[in-house]
Amino acid sequence: MKTSSIIILVAIAAAIGTLLMYSVDFSTYDTIASAKEKPGKYVHLIARLDKSKPIQYDAIKDPNYLSFYATDSLGNSTKVIYHNTKPSELEQSDRVVLKGKMEGNVFECDNILMKCPSKYKDDKKQLEKTVTQY
Amino acid sequence: MIFENEHLLPGQVGHFFVLLAFVASIISAIAYFKATGTKLEKEKRSWILFARGAFFIEFFALLAVFFSIYYICSHHYFEYLYAYKHASKELEAKYLLACIWEGQEGSFLLWTIWHCVLGSVIILTAKKRESSVMGIVNTAQFFLTLMIVGIYVFNTRIGSSPFVLTRNELAGPIFTQPDYLKYIKDGIGLNVLLRNYWMVIHPPILFLGFASTVIPASFAFSSLITKDWGGWIKAALPWALLSGCVLGVGIMMGGKWAYESLSFGGYWAWDPVENASLVPWIIMVAGLHCMAVYNSTGNALRASYLFVILSYFFVLYSTFLTRTGILGDTSVHAFTEAGMAMNILIGIYVIGITIPLLFLYFKNYRKIPTIQKEENISSREFWMFIGALILFLAALFIISVTSLPVYNKVFGTNLADPQDREFTYNKVLVLVAVIVGLLTAISQYLKYRQTGKKYLVTKMLWPLSIAVVISALLAIFYPIEYSKKGPGFLAAIYLALFASIFSIVANAAYLKTVLKGNLKAGGGAIAHLGFALLIGGMLISSGNKKVISDNSKTGLFIPFDKDPTGRGTENPLENLTLLKGVPTQMGPYTVTYVNDSMAKEKNRTFYNLHFQRVDTATGKVTENFILSPDAYRMKDNNLSSNPGTKHYLSHDVFTYISTISAPDQDPDTATFKIHDMAIGDTVYYSNGYFILNGILKNPDNERFHFSPTDTALVADITVYGKDSTRHKAYPALTINNQEINFIDDTVITQNIYLNISGITSDKKFKIGLKQTNKLTSFITLKAYVFPYINLVWAGLIIMAGGFVVSLLRRVKAANYIAAIAIALVLMGLIYMFLIANN
Repeated sequence: MKTSSIIILVAIAAAIGTLLMYSVDFSTYDTIASAKEKPGKYVHLIARLDKSKPIQYDAIKDPNYLSFYATDSLGNSTKVIYHNTKPSELEQSDRVVLKGKMEGNVFECDNILMKCPSKYKDDKKQLEKTVTQY
Repeated sequence: MIFENEHLLPGQVGHFFVLLAFVASIISAIAYFKATGTKLEKEKRSWILFARGAFFIEFFALLAVFFSIYYICSHHYFEYLYAYKHASKELEAKYLLACIWEGQEGSFLLWTIWHCVLGSVIILTAKKRESSVMGIVNTAQFFLTLMIVGIYVFNTRIGSSPFVLTRNELAGPIFTQPDYLKYIKDGIGLNVLLRNYWMVIHPPILFLGFASTVIPASFAFSSLITKDWGGWIKAALPWALLSGCVLGVGIMMGGKWAYESLSFGGYWAWDPVENASLVPWIIMVAGLHCMAVYNSTGNALRASYLFVILSYFFVLYSTFLTRTGILGDTSVHAFTEAGMAMNILIGIYVIGITIPLLFLYFKNYRKIPTIQKEENISSREFWMFIGALILFLAALFIISVTSLPVYNKVFGTNLADPQDREFTYNKVLVLVAVIVGLLTAISQYLKYRQTGKKYLVTKMLWPLSIAVVISALLAIFYPIEYSKKGPGFLAAIYLALFASIFSIVANAAYLKTVLKGNLKAGGGAIAHLGFALLIGGMLISSGNKKVISDNSKTGLFIPFDKDPTGRGTENPLENLTLLKGVPTQMGPYTVTYVNDSMAKEKNRTFYNLHFQRVDTATGKVTENFILSPDAYRMKDNNLSSNPGTKHYLSHDVFTYISTISAPDQDPDTATFKIHDMAIGDTVYYSNGYFILNGILKNPDNERFHFSPTDTALVADITVYGKDSTRHKAYPALTINNQEINFIDDTVITQNIYLNISGITSDKKFKIGLKQTNKLTSFITLKAYVFPYINLVWAGLIIMAGGFVVSLLRRVKAANYIAAIAIALVLMGLIYMFLIANN
């Protein structure tokens, strides 16, 4: 194959690649305030569980309904609804990433990622806490 | 201060050997490069001998390091941070190795040891290329051992040593006391999620795969430095095949692990960590196709160089992604942040070898010979090259999407994963599957240089017709029901399925008609057949995966808060709650959560679910089985669950626990009342009575599976309720390492707990009874049916077999050796993938 034809192929490939990348609908990290400005748009919220407000979950009545309140670092707060089971480590988490969209006044979430102190044994502070617990 | 009861010797020995290995790798690398640069035969020879000596010292030292860590962990010397972090006393012996490679340092060590094993083979076989190939291998060793040296240069710690002491690393009041070790009762231990036999085998195989990618790249280097264009291909091709085989198997072992023991609900989730090891594999496969083309025609030499170098580059890049903590939120199982100094080291490693290699490649690019004549469009090499290019582009696509966190870091953007990550990848790669399927089907029949049209048409006619017929039958009788992404994607799935079937049929026919059953020459065809089966199996099992724990269909539950957003129907609600003892309809099954049983491990519980399927027409029970998914409830109430799966040849019924009833907050005030019972005695309680039928020693029954070497007494008890129900209960007492454990049993419908707490002097047994009136327990679970998942594993095994066949042919192994090698590989893989857990 000639070098020229390789170059043409690579150029076509690059063009396809650009198109593909364009078609990948990346989401964004948002605050509660900025998510409220674009209702219906899929975003990632970085927030924490508001422990002063109730967590509503009753697996016997409906295992696919969890609601709680989240606050972000700017102090804004929103109700979150998650149609799945309550992650067992939710209460312990010190930070959550909520994936979903704002619908009205509620954040409709389809995935929760949690940062939990216990998972991270490489975290020195946590190790220092546990080393004396045993 | 003198600290009491510390065992500092193994750590000092270990640290000494780390330093020795580090120094030896530098010496060996330098000596090998000296040998490469010397023209004089005699001088070259002596440099090589010297380098070999250093290399074998390095090998020995690394083994010694490994044994030091093993010793420290197996003796629970928690004065070492590594043992404290990764080992614990209750950890079973079989997980000791797993806990070593759970950590960064242990896994780097594993990698270096594989380098040494492969390097030894190179020394035995590579002849004139030894010095340049081993020069690169030792440079890689230098970087890897640097990660674990843990020495201080200008007050900065370089690398993280596995032998640091807990008291030096952690701050805490106990460390000011000489007897601090008394207060460290146990280590943290291996993460419960990782306590699985795959954790024992998957990392070594995967790291062998990673380690093997350096070899083809080193051969490329050897050729670039000596300007001996092309000669390296023949020597490097078996290594590329080895890489393709081992890395491919290692990646899918991860998939099988995720499938059978992690609650991801599948074998592939396009997680960045998975992608990061897939990408080098794809590029290596592209590279070895180019190498094969060069071997037969002299084409595709430049691409061969590029692909083997890039494959190695992406192995290192994936190390960077998974170990620096940069993936952060996007991955569920990357290593966490390792500290700035470590990140810089890893960064240097990524570019330290590959950038000079790429530089050499582009510098010599014009000198690398190519064939000026255009390839014939009917030639095999043309289409093989196209296939390699498609694979390469697919790999680039995957890694570009995966690298999102890197863009965020570099450009300061705040982009996040797309809404449906899997679909983002699937919609592109399903098209790649179509093309690759068609290419692997046709290209076997093409000849190098040029193929006669008539030959191709006559040969292809039958496979094509058969594939069309099978696909049509499949579409009619077993349609793919994946419509949630629209008709376009469904059509693409069908196309890919057709291409896979076509490839399976065409390759099988090729083995039979063209090679006349000569399997020895058919490595390529076998591997392609396996790959097509793998892809076809993925399309079917994912396309027709069914959620049977669909809550909305049972009609049992009414949402207690009206959904303000108006839920769409495309997301079935996948969790179903089962009350203990209450039969619930789930898909075609009636499922009852019967009871739970404690496992031998602390805090681990098996939940026994009885599945029954009744034929509605005849009323006969057609299926009847128990699944026991389990869950660990950890100290801080976290839940970690492992699936229970019923394997059929044609499908799997797959369940895992997503919630369990909370342990009661109010302390259970009821206590055990001990009854001294002889065998045959009866004891009454408020709702009935129970009889001690006998005492079993090390039983192997529906509840326990003890082996004759255990020490376990199990009481065989039958409970008769007032409501004329009868229940079996098996409380147990086991002795393990001179510790007595009690395993209670419960009869939840009667609200009683039973235990066996000892033997009285007059040969009676102490049976404890506790009555409570606590709430009924429940579990919430997810359940799926995965159809034809075995095609995926069978495809992988066949593909690996194909790689091995090709490899043995390339190294001209004798027939009997080849037969033994293939038999061993196949037996091992079949056992691991299809038998071990079924």
